[in-house]
Amino acid sequence: MVFKRSERTEETPGRGVPLPVKIVVAGGYAVGKTTFVGSISEIEPLTTEASLTSHSKGVDIAGEAEKKSTTVAMDFGRISLGDDLILYLFGTPGQDRFHFMWDDLVRGAIGAVVLVDTSRLEDCFAAVDYFESAGLPFVVAVNAFFGRIHHSLDDVREALAIPADVPMMVTDARDRAATKATLLELVQHALTRAATPA
Amino acid sequence: MSETPREDRLRVRPYALTGGRVRSSTELALETIVRVTPRGEASSADLNTERRQICEMCADPTSIAEVSAHLKLPLGVVRVLVGDMVTEGLLDCNVPVVAGDDTRPDLRLLERVLDGLQAL
Repeated sequence: MVFKRSERTEETPGRGVPLPVKIVVAGGYAVGKTTFVGSISEIEPLTTEASLTSHSKGVDIAGEAEKKSTTVAMDFGRISLGDDLILYLFGTPGQDRFHFMWDDLVRGAIGAVVLVDTSRLEDCFAAVDYFESAGLPFVVAVNAFFGRIHHSLDDVREALAIPADVPMMVTDARDRAATKATLLELVQHALTRAATPA
Repeated sequence: MSETPREDRLRVRPYALTGGRVRSSTELALETIVRVTPRGEASSADLNTERRQICEMCADPTSIAEVSAHLKLPLGVVRVLVGDMVTEGLLDCNVPVVAGDDTRPDLRLLERVLDGLQAL
């Protein structure tokens, strides 16, 4: 295959501006998304806010009106991969009602890490469902608090009905090496998926 | 993560900056990286506060999400402002305007990411 994209001349707009790539980090409330992002980010995780008023689609699960004046916050970090490539990690709220924002987030993403707390498995159902239906490559990483998980990976896979081809692993959101290994697993999975004709 | 209603100062007023618009003519992804152009640098003194701040912040390549976080402006507002500024030639970005949903990184880009992560 031939890629013309990087052939830029001096006059081409965008010269010298790094290319962004992103990975979504999803999971239930307080599962450790921001800790995971912060363990490998080169900046302190930042917070940005999106307004439900501007982008909400349809009616949320509470059946409230579409024009809802709340904001949702999203934490993110940054990893420079060489001079011309920057990886952003976006930690996203996991609740159903925030799906409107996920559409935006997953567009163009490499894939997603679904962080799981085995004592609250149900918190990540929405994320798993969403990424499956969106066709986004994802891995399921069980966050081991204090090195312990309450259920085996096989049990978690069964409980969440994770397809056999989706990688699962134990991680530690506080540990840079564990976070890096989890991200590598995801990118490898995305590569395998991209190299396999649908 | 916050789902509590914010003060009006944060929720409503920023959209006054965009003339009430929630869309820009240029639809940029939140990770889009922008940098100020020579034209943006030259005219930054004549711009309003937010646009000038964006120009100054983007002396180094900066993503829309980072601009939003540092200026404490909602993402939607920053996307409109930055989109307009790209259209006006004040800012430069490296990403073609997102057209469809088929925007997954290609194999070569994924390999670069893998190599980059491994080298960390």
